[in-house]
Amino acid sequence: MRESSYPLAGLRQRIARIAASGGTESRPAEGWLASGHADFDAALGGGLAVGRTHEFFAADALDGTSAAAFAALLALRTPGTAPLIWLRTADAASRTGHIYAPGIAELGGDPDRLLLVETPDPKMLLACANDAIRCAGSAAVIVESWGKFPLLDLTAGRRLALGARDAGTTLLMLRLNAVPTPSVAETRWSIAAAASRELEANAPGAPAFDLELLRWRAGPAGGRWRLDWNHDDKSFGHAFGEPALSGAVLPVPARRTALSHGAAAA
Amino acid sequence: MDAQAQAAGLRVGMPLADARAQVPRLIIVQHDPVADHAWLDRLALGCNRYTPLVALDVPDGLILDIAGAEHLAGDEAGLVADAEMRLSRLGMSVRHAFGPTADAARALARYQTRPAPDEASAIRRLSVAALELGAEATTALVRAGLKTIGDLASRPMANIAARFGAGAAVALRRILGDAPSPLDPRIAPPPVAVERRFAEPLGSTAHATRVLAELADEAIADLLERGKGGRHFRATFFRSDGLARSIEVETGHATRDTRLVMRLFAERMDGLADPLDPGFGFDMIRLSVPRLDPLGATQLKLEGGEVRAAAMDELVDRMTTRLGRRRVKKLIAEDTHIPEQAQLALPAIDAPAPLPWQMPEPGEPPTRPFHLFDPPQPIEVIAEVPDGPPHQFRWRRATHAVRRYEGPERIAAEWWRRRDNGGLTRDYYRVEDVHGRRYWLFRHGLYDEKPDPRWYIHGVFA
Repeated sequence: MRESSYPLAGLRQRIARIAASGGTESRPAEGWLASGHADFDAALGGGLAVGRTHEFFAADALDGTSAAAFAALLALRTPGTAPLIWLRTADAASRTGHIYAPGIAELGGDPDRLLLVETPDPKMLLACANDAIRCAGSAAVIVESWGKFPLLDLTAGRRLALGARDAGTTLLMLRLNAVPTPSVAETRWSIAAAASRELEANAPGAPAFDLELLRWRAGPAGGRWRLDWNHDDKSFGHAFGEPALSGAVLPVPARRTALSHGAAAA
Repeated sequence: MDAQAQAAGLRVGMPLADARAQVPRLIIVQHDPVADHAWLDRLALGCNRYTPLVALDVPDGLILDIAGAEHLAGDEAGLVADAEMRLSRLGMSVRHAFGPTADAARALARYQTRPAPDEASAIRRLSVAALELGAEATTALVRAGLKTIGDLASRPMANIAARFGAGAAVALRRILGDAPSPLDPRIAPPPVAVERRFAEPLGSTAHATRVLAELADEAIADLLERGKGGRHFRATFFRSDGLARSIEVETGHATRDTRLVMRLFAERMDGLADPLDPGFGFDMIRLSVPRLDPLGATQLKLEGGEVRAAAMDELVDRMTTRLGRRRVKKLIAEDTHIPEQAQLALPAIDAPAPLPWQMPEPGEPPTRPFHLFDPPQPIEVIAEVPDGPPHQFRWRRATHAVRRYEGPERIAAEWWRRRDNGGLTRDYYRVEDVHGRRYWLFRHGLYDEKPDPRWYIHGVFA
C-alpha cells in the first residue's frame, strides 16, 4: 500500500501543477526574439516567442545556408554574451559545410558565443538537444538535422517543446532538405535565399531572405516577407522589392514545391 | 652562453654591440627567466631520483640533501657521475661539490678555484666573495687583507658583525657549518588519491558505483583542505582476477561538486561500448585526481548569474563526457588569410581565451561565407580565360547561372612558410545565381602558374 501511494501522490501533485499553470500553451511568452524589422515583428506580436520551439525549413536543399544563417542571426542579435548552442550531426559539415566563424563575424555576430556540438548520429542529437534545452542561460539552442527525422515524432517533439518552455530556452529546429510534418512548434517557417540588392559593378549585396510563415499557433499563417540583413545595426531590414510581398495577404500555397523557386523569382 | 661563445672570447655582462662586433654571426636569444625557472624546476623533479630533498638555488643551482641516500647510486662519486651523465645529455654543463651543510656545498660549487685535501680546508681557502655580501663589502674585506674565508674565520665573530653587519656573520657561520643552513626542499604535493580495498570482492557494478561516490566525497574533502578543485578524475576498478579498468572524466573548470563528478561518471559508464564488467568481483577501487587547479571557496551571487554560468559549464562537461572532447567545440580565430585555416575548432572544455575576429566593413556585404567546405569541392565552370569571372558553374549535379559577381579577391599561398612558394594563388569570386543564392568560388592557380587551373566552390553565403 505504501509503495503505491507515493506515485499516486506524485501524479496528483503534477496534475495540480499543470492545472495551476493553466495548461501547457496558455502561459505567455517571457520575451521575443525580434528581427528588428518593424512590420515583421508587429505581425508576430513582437517576434519569435522566447521559450518556445520554432521550426525553420529550408525551402530547397540548396537554401540550407540561408535557413541556418537566419536562425543564427536571430539568436545572435540578442545583446549580451549568452551562448548559442548549435547541435548538428558530424556528417553535416560535409553536406552543408563547416560553420565558418569569420563569416559569422562579418555578419556582425559574435562567434565566441557559439558552442558547437557534433553528435555521431540523430539519436544522440535528440538526446543532447534534450540536455541543452534544459540548461537555462543560452541565447537559443539550434538543432540542425538533414532529411527526414523519424526519431523526432510528436512525442519527442512535445518533450523537447515542454523542456524548452520549462527552462525558458528558445529551441530553433533547423530542418534542411525536409518536408514539414505535424509538430508542436510555435511557428514554422520556410526560408529561401533571395536575390540581394545589387551593388556597384553588379556585385551581390547584403544577405537577403525570403520567409514564409507556414504555421503559427497564435495566429494566421501564410505571411510572406523578404528581409535583408544589415550587419551595421544588427537587424533585418526592408529588402529590395519587398513591399509587393509583405503582410499576410498572399494565400498559403497548398504545396511546398510552389514556393521553392517561385518566391525567389518573384 | 655556451662553450663555443666562451671560446670566441665573449663573457657575461658584455654589451651586445661589442659581442656582435667580435662575432658577427652571433645568435642572440632573449633571456626568459620564467622559462629558466620552469626548466630548473623540471630538473629538480628529475633529481628526485637521488633523494626526496631537492631544493632550488635560483637562478641556476640545485641543492640535494643526499645524507643517507648516496648508497642508492653506489657512492657519492657514482651519484655525481650519474647526475652529470644525465644532465649533460640534456645539454647542461654541470659543476658540483659536496659539503657538510647546504651553504658550504653551494659556496664550494660556485667559488672553489683550487683543489684542497679535505672539505674543511677547501672551505677555508674559498675567497670571501663566496659569502655573497655584495661587491662593496667584498672589496672592503679584501682591502682589509681578509681574502679567504679562513682569514675571516680567524677573527672574532663580534668584530665582523660590527663592521659588516649581522648578515655577514650569519653567512660565515653557515658556510663554516657553525649555524644551521636551512634547506627549502621542493616537495611535490602528494597526489590526491583515495582507495578502498574489499575483503570480499564486490560483485555488482551498482555497489561499485556507490563506493565510488563515497570515494568521491573523500577526495573532495581532501581537495577542499588544499584549496584546490579537480579538473580530471580517474576511477580505477581492480578486478580480483588481476584486470584493471580505468574510467576518466574531465571538467571544464575546477570543481569540488561530488554530485557533478558522479553524474559525469554515470554518463561515461552509460556510454561505454563494453560496459564495466565485475567478473569475479572488484577487490579494490581507487579514485585519483591527476589534474588540480586552484579553486577558492565559492559564494553564489544572488542574481543567479553565477548559477547560470555554472549550469552552462556543467552542460559542456556533460556533453564532452558523453560525446568526447573533439565533438564539443568552440571556434577560435587564427591569424592567417588562408580561409580554411582562419578558424580553429578547439574542445570547449579547455578552449583558450578568445582572440578578436575580423570586424565587418560598415556598409559592405560580408566577404566570407557562412558555411565553408573543407576541402573545397571541385566544380565545372564556364569562365573567360585567363582571368574572367565565372558565368555558369555545375555543382552537385545542378547547373547554376551566375547573375552577379564580385572579384577576384586574390589570396596568395603563404610563400614565407614554405620553400616551394607554398603552392598556387587562388582567385576568389563572390557570385549570386539566378535564384538569389550566393556562393564563394575560386580558381586554383593563375594561368601563368598552371596550364589548366581547376575551379572549386569553397563556401556558401547567407
